[in-house]
Amino acid sequence: MLLIRCPYCEMDRPELEFRYGGEAHVARPADPMATTDAEWAEFLYFRTNPRGLHAERWRHINGCGRFFNCLRDTVSDRIVTTYKAGTPRPNIDGSAS
Amino acid sequence: MKFSALSVFLQGLKGNRGWPEQWRSPEPKAAYDAVIVGAGGHGLATAYYMAKEHGMRNIAVLEKGWLGGGNTGRNTTIVRSNYLWEESEGIYEHAMKLWEGLSHELNYNVMYSPRGVMMLAHNIHDVQVFKRHVHANRLAGIDNEWLTPEEAKAFCPLLNIGKNIRYPVIGASLQRRGGTARHDAVAWGYARGADALGVDIIQNCEVTGIRRDVSGAVAGVETAKGFIATKRVGVVAAGNTSVVMAMAGVRMPLESYPLQALVSEPVKPMMPCVVMSNTVHAYMSQSDKGELVIGAGTDAYTSYSQTGGLHIATHTLDAICELFPAVRRLRMLRNWGGIVDVTPDRSPIIGKTPVPGLFVNCGWGTGGFKATPGSGHVFAHLVAKGEPEAIAAPFTLDRFRTGRLIDEAAAAAVAH
Repeated sequence: MLLIRCPYCEMDRPELEFRYGGEAHVARPADPMATTDAEWAEFLYFRTNPRGLHAERWRHINGCGRFFNCLRDTVSDRIVTTYKAGTPRPNIDGSAS
Repeated sequence: MKFSALSVFLQGLKGNRGWPEQWRSPEPKAAYDAVIVGAGGHGLATAYYMAKEHGMRNIAVLEKGWLGGGNTGRNTTIVRSNYLWEESEGIYEHAMKLWEGLSHELNYNVMYSPRGVMMLAHNIHDVQVFKRHVHANRLAGIDNEWLTPEEAKAFCPLLNIGKNIRYPVIGASLQRRGGTARHDAVAWGYARGADALGVDIIQNCEVTGIRRDVSGAVAGVETAKGFIATKRVGVVAAGNTSVVMAMAGVRMPLESYPLQALVSEPVKPMMPCVVMSNTVHAYMSQSDKGELVIGAGTDAYTSYSQTGGLHIATHTLDAICELFPAVRRLRMLRNWGGIVDVTPDRSPIIGKTPVPGLFVNCGWGTGGFKATPGSGHVFAHLVAKGEPEAIAAPFTLDRFRTGRLIDEAAAAAVAH
């Protein structure tokens, strides 16, 4: 089980308090009517799915209830950092463990 | 060499020391007509049918570890074809028909055992969904039937159908032709069969890059053992498909999750069939060694770690202990995770890609083992001919753009 730090509550809490929210920084196209089918499919379905650092959303569902982002290494499951929603992805090379 | 009663007898006289290696361990050649990436069951089956049915003998299967060491060796060995949509029924029933003759086809005992797969309904929604499956399957000529709780208990006497449990059993669907097969033997049988037809199976040979020519078409693959030239590459890399496809610059509608399973200490035969419960996230069968093989769910997050959170397995055991009170004092021997590549509609992708010469067979998610022969059979046709046959045609990568999804996610709820 992961131990996740909620950046709002500023506490390390067990994974069971959280709900996974998929890849982070996937922006909905501002004007959906202007997108091509391929662009819309990219937004809906296509994901980076990296072997290594992954920026992902979590929600502290059994806590403050807020969404935040998390950088996690998908090979070791080690969480590098968590950061508040709306802030850019930290420029971290997390391959060193 | 061919396995027969006579060969087993004669080798027995020699103390079983005369068995030859079942496949070669060749070094890669400089060029092949086609290269399959991934020597799991699906990749090896692909190579076997390419050689056998399409006459392609100059092909290689590249494997970064050892053959059958990924999800082929990590699944819970369940075989069934009771899916909802016609497209799914087509591919899974194609596989089922091949399972029925596979041991003879390969001259290798894959221990296919049609002992019946029973899926439990615990609420009204389950009843409605499963009855819909039963009717859809029967219209498609696939066996599936509805059982009352008493009939379910008659088929699997271990089952607790008491009314006072948290999720009482209020019915079940049963596919009698469903069952299990020996997962390792499937990989070994296909490897042996492909090797005998001249296919080079190259283990410990990780693909590190896909080289493309000036037109953008596939020119070969970079590997741990050097460059291999080829015009056709079939990627069958399961959980690592996104990583391999990224080498050719192709993004995939896939996410990789850990899926866990566990086995108990071996006991005498007690479990006559496979029982699955999607609602409480548990399924169980008994291997021929006597271990109870238990499948759990996926973790919530994407990962390549081949391990998962203990709370997932614990949750499954809670359900198992309630449904099968007789197993409460059994000890679990080991648990593990495999990395499954999941598509948004929970159906596989068997198709061409935007890169000429590059083909992909992936997205089997939590239920790829059952499809192994059928998947290899149709993918062999695609890689050999360049166009899919009718059964595989709906499973394109392009369906996520066109919207013609094959939505088994809503149809099957959780486990496959």
